[in-house]
Amino acid sequence: MNMMSKKEVGFADLLQNGQTLKEFRDEILARTQASGHYNGITELEFRDNDPIGYEKLFSKLRGGLVHARETAKKIAASPIVEQEGELCFTLYNAVGDCVLTSTGIIIHVGTMGAAIKYMIENNWEANPGINPGDMFTNNDCSIGNVHPCDIATIVPIFWEGKLIGWVGGVTHVIDTGAVTPGSMSTGQTQRFGDGYMITCRKTGVNDVPLRDWLHESQRSVRTPKYWILDEKTRIAGCHMIRELVEDVIRAEGLEAYEKFAYEVIEEGRRGLQSRIQAMTLPGKYRKVSFVDVPFKHEDVQVSNAFAKLDSIMHSPCEMTIKANGKWRLDFEGANRWGWHTFNAHQVAFTSGIWVMMCQTLVPTQRINDGAYFATEFRLPKGTWCNPDDRRTGHAYAWHFLVSGWAALWRGLSQSYFSRGYLEEVNAGNANTSNWLQGGGINQDGEIHAVNSFEASSCGTGACAVKDGLNHAAAIWNPEGDMGDIEIWEMAEPLLYLGRTVKANSGGYGKYRGGCGFETLRMVWNAQDWTMFFMGNGYMNSDWGLMGGYPAATGYRFEAHDTGLERRISKGESLPLGGDFDPGAPTYEHHIDATARVKRDKQCMTTEDCYDNHDLYLNYLRGGPGFGDPIDREPKAIEADLNQNFLLPEYAQKVYGAVFSQDDKGVYTVDVAKTQARRAQIRKERLARAMPTREWMKEERERILNKDAATQVQHMFASSFGLSEKFTREFKEFWSLPEEWELHEEDLGVPTYGARYRMDLSLLPDVTTVVQVEE
Amino acid sequence: MATYTDEQVSRLVDGSLDWETTFRMLSMPKDSSRFAQYLAALQAQVPFKDRIVLPLGPHLYIVQSAKTKEWVTQCDCGHVFCGYRDNWKMHAHIYVRDTEAAMTEVYPKLMAPDTKWQVYREYYCPSCGTMHDVEAPTPWYPVIHDFEPDIDTFYKEWVNMPLPERAN
Repeated sequence: MNMMSKKEVGFADLLQNGQTLKEFRDEILARTQASGHYNGITELEFRDNDPIGYEKLFSKLRGGLVHARETAKKIAASPIVEQEGELCFTLYNAVGDCVLTSTGIIIHVGTMGAAIKYMIENNWEANPGINPGDMFTNNDCSIGNVHPCDIATIVPIFWEGKLIGWVGGVTHVIDTGAVTPGSMSTGQTQRFGDGYMITCRKTGVNDVPLRDWLHESQRSVRTPKYWILDEKTRIAGCHMIRELVEDVIRAEGLEAYEKFAYEVIEEGRRGLQSRIQAMTLPGKYRKVSFVDVPFKHEDVQVSNAFAKLDSIMHSPCEMTIKANGKWRLDFEGANRWGWHTFNAHQVAFTSGIWVMMCQTLVPTQRINDGAYFATEFRLPKGTWCNPDDRRTGHAYAWHFLVSGWAALWRGLSQSYFSRGYLEEVNAGNANTSNWLQGGGINQDGEIHAVNSFEASSCGTGACAVKDGLNHAAAIWNPEGDMGDIEIWEMAEPLLYLGRTVKANSGGYGKYRGGCGFETLRMVWNAQDWTMFFMGNGYMNSDWGLMGGYPAATGYRFEAHDTGLERRISKGESLPLGGDFDPGAPTYEHHIDATARVKRDKQCMTTEDCYDNHDLYLNYLRGGPGFGDPIDREPKAIEADLNQNFLLPEYAQKVYGAVFSQDDKGVYTVDVAKTQARRAQIRKERLARAMPTREWMKEERERILNKDAATQVQHMFASSFGLSEKFTREFKEFWSLPEEWELHEEDLGVPTYGARYRMDLSLLPDVTTVVQVEE
Repeated sequence: MATYTDEQVSRLVDGSLDWETTFRMLSMPKDSSRFAQYLAALQAQVPFKDRIVLPLGPHLYIVQSAKTKEWVTQCDCGHVFCGYRDNWKMHAHIYVRDTEAAMTEVYPKLMAPDTKWQVYREYYCPSCGTMHDVEAPTPWYPVIHDFEPDIDTFYKEWVNMPLPERAN
């Protein structure tokens, strides 16, 4: 007979106050709710009575977090972590609310906090137990993670047997063992294909990873070498920070530390409200974003017939800034999640938003959960940003998130502009793509996967006083970097034949969006190699601002059977540099005429085979523009022409520039002639335009006749299905008759999932953590 | 708190402010007097006598009509779109890029949206042809009422300035 351990499983008294973690957390939430202040903290006693001591503690902890990140990332071999800085460390109090965070991908302020809260709400302290030296690993997207490739290691921090907090470290791994290779692969349509999924699993005791975990996890992904070093990175950082906290408590005492760990969150809450009052303007702002999901194309191969349709993500946002500096973000009207990998958990949304806000509204070191408590989020249940089905895929949730947030950025920029803080205006952010991903046998003969993080350096949106930055940043990582060619060529069996600024990719305007860039890659020394594309092509997810145009959309170029092996050996011409004008392409002049070339707007594909010497163009998008393009300074147009940032045809058509080119190829814009041409453009505009209300009559007829592409109708139908308000407002706006209706089932496309769904909360013994109005 | 001269704010508005000062504006806590200085700089530029209440865009303002004291949305050429609570776009002229040919007027081949998915709606001032906004929605999308500022709260509680008289 097997005898069970005599060790009692039950109340652990981790807080040494007779309360479970859940009871303790519930009280904090109740005090926050009742008082409007985090944990009922109405006076910042520590900060006010001992401001220097408070700042000292703050600096010590914050400095330690940044130091841990900088040191630990050197352990990683993955260029995503080591070069691009896709990692972050965060310190939490005992209930999983963020105290402080490092630099890096600070979206995880909330995602790791959500994992801790999930452990609290589901009584992890009783089973599997929470002890000093434990390690927990999480990447579960149904409880708050953004996408499965963000692997979090979470370590509890004890002081003399009392749980006083947690530290979490996250890295973006190269591969998650999904259906197809790459950290954000596409093709799978559900969670079950998204890769290895770990739910707050205890993966280490006494500071040592468990052997079953190591064996299982390393063979569950394609890139174990990187996986192992990524985990060591996370563990090292977490342990450095745990030690830092111990040092701080030894120096300052437990009471001071614990007081700080709660008070600083209330300070963060107040900080956001005062920033909003100092920088913005009260009122209502309405913006919207879209993303194309073109899955009907033959180059998108999915395992389910019901996923084979073109659809559009719809993200309307009403941002209300209140008199007291609180703000409310309401996504009523957003449409349903889909059978793809771009769905986002509510926490990915509410947590992720701070990675953007720290680049605009709160550009300080004081990022913690205080900002969350100063914000009202309304993400209707069942939408793409708060799915109500436990099957949803999330591998590239960012695809929708960054697009949804672009609308917020425009709303905030309206407020900055109206208030006169022109230097803060940003027309939006690039659709951070393309994602070059794939895998196979690499140049070292090993099974490998790649995800080029060159998308870390897209063009930024234009400001109200200057152009956006070229190939500079990504919204999801304020410290993004495109990485060195030499490092990428070591990590990927793909040689660079070009790396060039992408002409016309930045949105036009008085100030243009930053240009993206493009890299031409040639497969080299790989075996059984595959790649795919992931980005926007048929639509823009950003808009311009105040008369500026959106950035250019994406397109794809790939070439097979190129004859490049022969051309190289014979010293013949090669395709090099950029695809300067896709309307007059030149790459095709330097490969065999019989090559198979795909040049189109299908920027979403699944794993396809590439032989050595095949080509792949990685085009990273630009940012949106600001202001009427015919206000652009002639000198700025001249500079764009001379740097190949702008095709001459569009300098004429969009900017009204009149220019000449000398025999050395240098452009000069004629100011007087340009001014005259612009006067003409104003007349041409009015000649082709009509009063908005007249145009609305025509558009109304098209709506009555159901005259729109199926994917457009599908988008509206799936929003109507979730929101009576959106339906009512749509019908009112267009003065549609009461009987006008639009339903998914009438569109002749698959409707699987439209009516029957099952949420994670319906699983036995599961308590989900809800942090938004639904 | 940093402060800036009227000339510096004026230069910011016309895009000629030196980078060092612009960078200071970005990195330092915000100057609370900016709004008043901003209004003064803009008022000095516009050709009309109406008082600017709130700037909406580089050429678009909510103004207090000098004649009627009504608040209206107005182009800097002097064209009045509508009362300030209305959506000015409904009173603008519109041009919709909803064909491939119209899109390739502004973007190279393959670099513009597919108009079956998305169109560009350009909103012009009916008098001077200034392009005040470009919307990029799907077909059928309602004209968006972007911004309904709470000007009373802003003036009275946030920047502590007297609210201009309003007849409507």
